[in-house]
Amino acid sequence: MIRSDVLRDIAPIIRDHLVICNIGLPSQELHMIDDQPTNFYMLGTMGLASSIGLGVAMAQDKPVIAIDGDGSVLTNLGTLPTIANNVADNFILLIVDNGSYGSTGDQPTYAGKKTSLAAVASACGCENVVECAAEETGKTLQAALSSGKMTIIVCKCESGNIKLPVITKDPVVIRDRFMTAVKA
Amino acid sequence: MSISSKLVDDFIANDVSFITTVPCKQLAGVIDEVEARPEIHHVPANKEDEGMGLCAGAFMGGKRPAIIMQNTAIGVTINTLVTLTQFYRMPLPMLISYRGELREPVACQVEMAVHTKALLNQLHIPTYHFHRESDADEFDTILKYTFMCNKPVAILTDASFWGGYGDQ
Repeated sequence: MIRSDVLRDIAPIIRDHLVICNIGLPSQELHMIDDQPTNFYMLGTMGLASSIGLGVAMAQDKPVIAIDGDGSVLTNLGTLPTIANNVADNFILLIVDNGSYGSTGDQPTYAGKKTSLAAVASACGCENVVECAAEETGKTLQAALSSGKMTIIVCKCESGNIKLPVITKDPVVIRDRFMTAVKA
Repeated sequence: MSISSKLVDDFIANDVSFITTVPCKQLAGVIDEVEARPEIHHVPANKEDEGMGLCAGAFMGGKRPAIIMQNTAIGVTINTLVTLTQFYRMPLPMLISYRGELREPVACQVEMAVHTKALLNQLHIPTYHFHRESDADEFDTILKYTFMCNKPVAILTDASFWGGYGDQ
């Protein structure tokens, strides 16, 4: 399974929750598969999906799922100690780890080589870290939501992209409808 | 009242309830004050762009955020300021220690100081410079302005404002 297959699988699970989606293809894929006002699409700023997600989770009580990538987490590795030391039980970080920088042409990341992001997250102090196969992502995510505990999921999937258009929605519209959904 | 208490009182009076910090020697007092106040959720960040991500999230979650950092962070955060804070039109008061100004003992700090205002100007970020203690009288108004216009706003606080480094 590639990332877009994983997103298709989990779309019914995440559609009623607040979602912060990573820059580039992940946002474009989620936007095409199941656009929802509860989705915040990052149009820039690689690496900050987990930070934004944690910020939303700390500011209010609804569950928040940040969909991140291995390359983006590596860009902002300092996020993992911050997450570990600021536990928000309504926060789930789902790292779709395909071992490559998908949006830029599938160049390999170190997470696809010797570096285990699950081990890094644990070493940073994160208490509920689950690594799963792509096929198990939906079940793992549902279990994390039901647990009511902050969870880091590292979903190991294959590298690969589908062709699709960029998001042309205005960023202020994306932000405003997300904030309206937060308050709903 | 100490200047740190005054600044944090103004944050609280303006309903700023989520503050991320990356430390600077000059900011130690104000960071201690932020940590001490129950009205404020204080989240130390490892890097300033990460802190701005946390602030963006907190804002969308319904809280008024702020960041406290050193001016060297302007070099770290340009992409985040432009593609997140400004692009999505989010307010962000940035209380910044302006290292490398008069009374600075560390030469390297001057290298970033000479670029600080030029970069903020280039980014079209409203910028206020606190040099004398009485300049802080405007802090409350600056916070109101920030949340009125939904922009990042810089408040540069230099060594003279903070009373120097003690031994000079």
